[in-house]
Amino acid sequence: METQMAVEVKVTANFAKLIGGQRSAQAEGSTIGEILDDLDERHPGFKQNVVAEGRIHRFVNVYLNDEDVRFLQQLDTPIREGDVVSVLPALAGG
Amino acid sequence: MAAESNLMAVMVYIPTPFRRFAGNQTYVKAEGKTVGEVLDSLGETYPSLRHMIYDETDEIPGHINVYINSQEIHSLQGKNTPVKDGDEMAVIPAIAGGQVLTPEQVNRYSRHIIMPQVGPVGQRKLMETKVLIVGAGGLGGPAALYLTLAGIGTIGIVDFDVVDLSNLQRQVLHQNDDVGKKKTESAKETLNAYNPDVNIVIHDTPLTSDNAMEIIPQYDIVVNGADNFTTRYLVNDASYFADKVLVDGSILLFDGQATVFKPGHGCYRCLFPAPPPPGLVPNCAEAGVLGALTGVMGSIQAIEVIKQVLEIGESLVSRLLLFDALSMDFRIVKLRRDPKCPLCGDDATITELVDYVEFCGAPFPGGHDGDGASDGNTNGS
Repeated sequence: METQMAVEVKVTANFAKLIGGQRSAQAEGSTIGEILDDLDERHPGFKQNVVAEGRIHRFVNVYLNDEDVRFLQQLDTPIREGDVVSVLPALAGG
Repeated sequence: MAAESNLMAVMVYIPTPFRRFAGNQTYVKAEGKTVGEVLDSLGETYPSLRHMIYDETDEIPGHINVYINSQEIHSLQGKNTPVKDGDEMAVIPAIAGGQVLTPEQVNRYSRHIIMPQVGPVGQRKLMETKVLIVGAGGLGGPAALYLTLAGIGTIGIVDFDVVDLSNLQRQVLHQNDDVGKKKTESAKETLNAYNPDVNIVIHDTPLTSDNAMEIIPQYDIVVNGADNFTTRYLVNDASYFADKVLVDGSILLFDGQATVFKPGHGCYRCLFPAPPPPGLVPNCAEAGVLGALTGVMGSIQAIEVIKQVLEIGESLVSRLLLFDALSMDFRIVKLRRDPKCPLCGDDATITELVDYVEFCGAPFPGGHDGDGASDGNTNGS
């Protein structure tokens, strides 16, 4: 469980500015929470857009591959090598 | 017996919708020893009639009944039913809603009708369907356009706004001369110019907690093209209370999201339990949106409506489609009903429409409270 996995984290275009203008970034960790922490170290300020007080914002979804981690173990959801994490804020445009 | 090798001449009754494919005749003479042979000979003489009475596998499609002397051939020997000289045959398409298609409708919708997944019965279903489009903007425009072309019977459009020059970069229902005109009025003119058969109903008002339960229950399916969270949560809750399928879409920058909320299979609150604080997620006016992206996502919404009506394919129910125009990446993630959802969960606490202005911390755009959360096009930009 201590092993650090490297995964790709994808974000929507309006979150790209939070990770240096890219649509995806590499991050390491053994859980979703650790992945987000690692990304926040690389891109300070990223995490507060996704997590507050230890919980994922209710207007942002984090997917591990195709599953919403809210229906897994939230921030404690374990990561495997090669997983893709997606951070998806609600969009209102129409 | 020698008679068996002789071709029998039978009269075939051609019903109104097929008559134009048979030289506008009510009865045509055809020959053969069996029903199948008579139909083959009929199809040789009138090739376009053949397309109506045979499917791609050369079988009689399920919506066509063939009668020989008023008896349906399934109760006889099907296509192998023998025919006698002087028999009368009839080729009758199933009639949905007590009305058959007019020749003009058969022609207009022929590219749909010839597909077995649509057929004349499916076309009638589309023509009997009422769809409400929330927002005559970026998403509502192409959605309404393709549903109009498909011959949806009634299309309601809710929007209170007027056409602005900045809308024309993406909103296909409105043209240069429409700037300053009511969006609903401009939309109706455009849609009826495309297809005068479609009944376009205008709701020239912001959708609010006061009128949502009057408007939404009048329709079969709701298409969400709202441009703000306040209206999105309202449309979600009202569609759930009215037991309507909600075809949802949203866009920003180069990203699009689309899904179908079917009561009991998850709702917008299951997907996003609460809206972001005002100002945190920008709208299209603040951040921008690729015009052509609205065409992709609005068309996807129209497709989902048509699939829903025809009961074909796999809908986006329980699935969220994500489109990234920059990488041209389409992905699908799971969407689950949340048992803890306050609207559709096991212990629901929301039993009627709430104060969405308070819930979202943002006013309904165009309401009397200003329009800080919107780009100024209440229900659709």
